[in-house]
Amino acid sequence: MKRFTISLFTLFVALLLITACAQNQATPTTAPTEQTGAVTEQPAPTPVPAQQEQPAAEGSLLEVVKQRGKLICGANANLPGFGYLDQEGNYAGFDIDFCRALAAAIFDDPDAVEFRPLTAKERFTAVQTGEVDVLIRNTTWTLTRDASVGMDFGVVTFYDGQGIMVRKADNITKLEDLQGAAICVTTGTTTELNLADQMRARGIEYTPVVFETADNTFGAYEEGRCDAVTTDKSGLVSRKSLLKDPEAHVILDATLSKEPLGPAVLQGDPIWHDVVMWTVFATIQAEEFGITSENVDDFLNSEDPGIRRFLGLEGELGESLGLTNDFAYRVIKNVGNYGEIYDRNLGPGTPFELPRGLNDLWTRGGLLYSPPFR
Amino acid sequence: MATLPVTEHTRPPFWRDERVLTVIAQIIFLVVVVLVFTYLYNNVQEGLRARGLTGGYGFLQQRAGFDIGESLIPYTSDDSYGRAFVVGILNTLKVSLVGILFATLLGLLSGIARLSPNWLLRTLVSAYIEIIRNTPLLVQLFFWYMAVMLKFPRVRQAVQLPGPVYLSNRGIAIPWLQPQAGFPVWVGFVVAGVVVGLVVAKWRARYEERTGQSGYPIVAALGTWVVFVLVGWLIAPGTPASVTRPELVGLNFQGGTRMTPEFAALFTGLVVYTGAFIAEIVRGGILAVSKGQREAAKALGLNDVQMMRYIILPQALRIIIPPLTSQYLNLTKNSSLAVFIGYPDLFFVAGTVLNQTGKSLEVISLVMASYLTFSLFTSLFMNWYNQKVKLVER
Repeated sequence: MKRFTISLFTLFVALLLITACAQNQATPTTAPTEQTGAVTEQPAPTPVPAQQEQPAAEGSLLEVVKQRGKLICGANANLPGFGYLDQEGNYAGFDIDFCRALAAAIFDDPDAVEFRPLTAKERFTAVQTGEVDVLIRNTTWTLTRDASVGMDFGVVTFYDGQGIMVRKADNITKLEDLQGAAICVTTGTTTELNLADQMRARGIEYTPVVFETADNTFGAYEEGRCDAVTTDKSGLVSRKSLLKDPEAHVILDATLSKEPLGPAVLQGDPIWHDVVMWTVFATIQAEEFGITSENVDDFLNSEDPGIRRFLGLEGELGESLGLTNDFAYRVIKNVGNYGEIYDRNLGPGTPFELPRGLNDLWTRGGLLYSPPFR
Repeated sequence: MATLPVTEHTRPPFWRDERVLTVIAQIIFLVVVVLVFTYLYNNVQEGLRARGLTGGYGFLQQRAGFDIGESLIPYTSDDSYGRAFVVGILNTLKVSLVGILFATLLGLLSGIARLSPNWLLRTLVSAYIEIIRNTPLLVQLFFWYMAVMLKFPRVRQAVQLPGPVYLSNRGIAIPWLQPQAGFPVWVGFVVAGVVVGLVVAKWRARYEERTGQSGYPIVAALGTWVVFVLVGWLIAPGTPASVTRPELVGLNFQGGTRMTPEFAALFTGLVVYTGAFIAEIVRGGILAVSKGQREAAKALGLNDVQMMRYIILPQALRIIIPPLTSQYLNLTKNSSLAVFIGYPDLFFVAGTVLNQTGKSLEVISLVMASYLTFSLFTSLFMNWYNQKVKLVER
């Protein structure tokens, strides 16, 4: 009898443990849903009946972010110029500044953002699972990613193209010289696919040597495992500066592909998507207006109705997005316009000295074009 | 505990009836398990639907679009994701099988050497085992890859050994056989040689058992096999295979065959690491054989090698096999660390597929199913072998 009592007790404890574990497992997945469910009770941008069944589709991430008090931004931690840790250990870079711009638009505080360093491979899963609110990590906008991977793109922050870097000593000047070469590439990137397509189209036999992180890829290239290394041209410029002897390497003129880089959010949340897009547009529009972080206060007295609408002095533009009317002012004041962000991270005075090229305003022959703020 | 005196045979009420309670407990347990799994499943389905993601394995037929550095079967970027998966599975099997074979040899030798009366040998092997067992495998893989394989000279300055064998940081290039017209016939003979050789070995072993005379089973089997290989070579139409030598053409070696530094690093890392664990298992197994067996062997006048071969190892094997199985499973699973040094194993290819398609659940489930299958088959084989060894016990 005693033994039976003990075994029954053990069974009971085991049951308790199992159910407890199961609940633990379930909690993270349900938590966001519950949060959004609660949030929809409050004045939400769209009148939504508080449904407990499928609140994720109804409530916007914008409200979750506001409640949380900070933005969680998926970022790169290994790409100087775009996303990296500076000497003080803070995140810095072109992509990072757009995370900060978004935080400024929502909270008027460019530091109200938590960065999650992601590898190329992890990044989409992180968005899919809601681990990050937005992915600003030199990510190429493609149809597959927009559709079946479940992302929403919509605005390009950087027009890039894929390039190839080789050693000067090897006398390689064009892609055809790479016959039989070993080429280092990072996994989980569009570059991996473009490389396969381009080499196949040209009938060039090559061996891909594929690594998980850009650090490993460029490390192996530097050790001589590969004759060439490929990634976006901006990435090559950035990485070249880190090599032991940058002068011994050269980036080929050939461009393998179009690489429009931009922020991505989870599909199916138009409100949050709009906020991200228009924050980027605000930086572009500001440069077009000639508004910078330094002179933005002078423009508060502007008579130009376009500028007054832009800065939120007139109209309800910001509130229709679910933000405050002065969100553009906050972005410009705290982070700066597109040109300032570019010059600070990639322009003259930085080790990269990347010319603006395609990433210039449409009025100056580039591709940057903001839809009107009205 | 004293048994209670049973005066009359009446059933207790059901809440005190052990048989009833056991059934009830089982039912409750089953219900809870089913509920938990249903809940988790629905949670996943709902999550996927809310995010507008569709499930299913249809993507495996789509064009992969990426290249893979080394493959046992022909593969181009035009092939499907499914085929890419198969390439990954084969690469994992390749490194695991070869790794298991060599790790066993290394482990067996090191385990025996650690018990050697030779002080220098014993100390060296102890140092190897303790250092390797107590550092992380990932660190060792990086060491083998970055600090050993990639430190060989660049292709154009490749070290040439007689053969010619070339050592460079593109791997090891050696001469290899290029199949010609008569190749299949010759391979047939080679395989037949193995089969007949095994039969011969068995026959000689029986003879040895029956008569007590040396039957030389291994020598006889090898001899048979060599005869088959040579006869096959002569009978096959034309020459079955020609030798190609590696040559530096442009940026890389052509001809011969090459072992990539990624494979070499992973292989070396896994063998050295697992070998250290196997060595300890072997040592434990040997020490567990009772001292009397050793003394009896000595008394019979067996020398050290004979004692090991005929007395100690067969008995130690029974103790060694179960933990050895775990090490084989570990080696296979550890091979997934290949992602960090760029060897395209199953996990690596799956990661790429996952990234290009975004089908995380489907891809991860495939990977788990594949590793589970490998492990179950390894266990099955080892359990069969364990049973077989057990029968020897008298």
